[in-house]
Amino acid sequence: MTTLDYVRQRAESDARSRGYRLNSDASFLNDLLEGLKKNEERYGYPSCPCRIATGKLDLDRDIICPCDYRDPDVAEFGACYCALYIRGDIAAGTLRVQPVAERRPLEKQSAALVELLGTEVQPAAAPEPPSMEAPKAVSAGKEMVALASDTKRPEMGGKLKLWYCKQCGYTVFREEPPYICPICKAKKELFAEISIEIAEKI
Amino acid sequence: MKIEKVAGTNNKHKVFVYALSTCAWCKKTKKYLQDKGIEFEFVDVDLCDKEDLEQVKKDISKQGLGMSFPIIIVDDKNHIVGFREDKLDEAFMD
Repeated sequence: MTTLDYVRQRAESDARSRGYRLNSDASFLNDLLEGLKKNEERYGYPSCPCRIATGKLDLDRDIICPCDYRDPDVAEFGACYCALYIRGDIAAGTLRVQPVAERRPLEKQSAALVELLGTEVQPAAAPEPPSMEAPKAVSAGKEMVALASDTKRPEMGGKLKLWYCKQCGYTVFREEPPYICPICKAKKELFAEISIEIAEKI
Repeated sequence: MKIEKVAGTNNKHKVFVYALSTCAWCKKTKKYLQDKGIEFEFVDVDLCDKEDLEQVKKDISKQGLGMSFPIIIVDDKNHIVGFREDKLDEAFMD
């Protein structure tokens, strides 16, 4: 079972690794940690306590704490959306936590709402047939690893893909690249897709 | 819909809060209203079933708002999104 202490320690250690602080208002912080704990218990992952989650991992992935938007929000506003993580100067009391505008893209918010309301989802466009032209493949025996040349954004609810950060090499398996690289903070545009093809056995 | 009413000595305004049960800013908003003795009603949107959520979405959209919480509706027309103490002070000045 997830305990409040565990949630607190995890957040503290994450804040330390990034040079952030946790909110210095003890009772507010406690409310946030309680919220994270509750979400972890009901969804299986600690989604942002201040956003509505669907319980579907693929739709909530970007708002699992620390969310995709934390780093740019802390950099710009001094705090993340829910104000769990704050910048040192805010923690020191020299600046106040300002309201943070929602950075989560509207299409993600709408997709979550569609799931919550159970309305019909627009059928996704049929996937393109596999190209006959083999991409620049780096052949390695039975496996062929090809680096896709573009980072075309997949449809919502699309297939999971491998993405790598061209700046630091961080690799992630999800529908689309993260908003920002969690390692080197490169922007989404610096991610490229890695396509892997498993060659048929001869 | 599970709408809860919090009684207060100041009932000059009709105040409705859309909140999330896990949201610390929403909690802060409720506490602000309680501390000021302002009577209000609220619904925790994350605890709503599909049918209620449909209604909430309709009501929020009518105000031209998205699903960012808390949303405080004062007298059916003024709306404040997020815990904005300055705006709340202004709305309940009288």
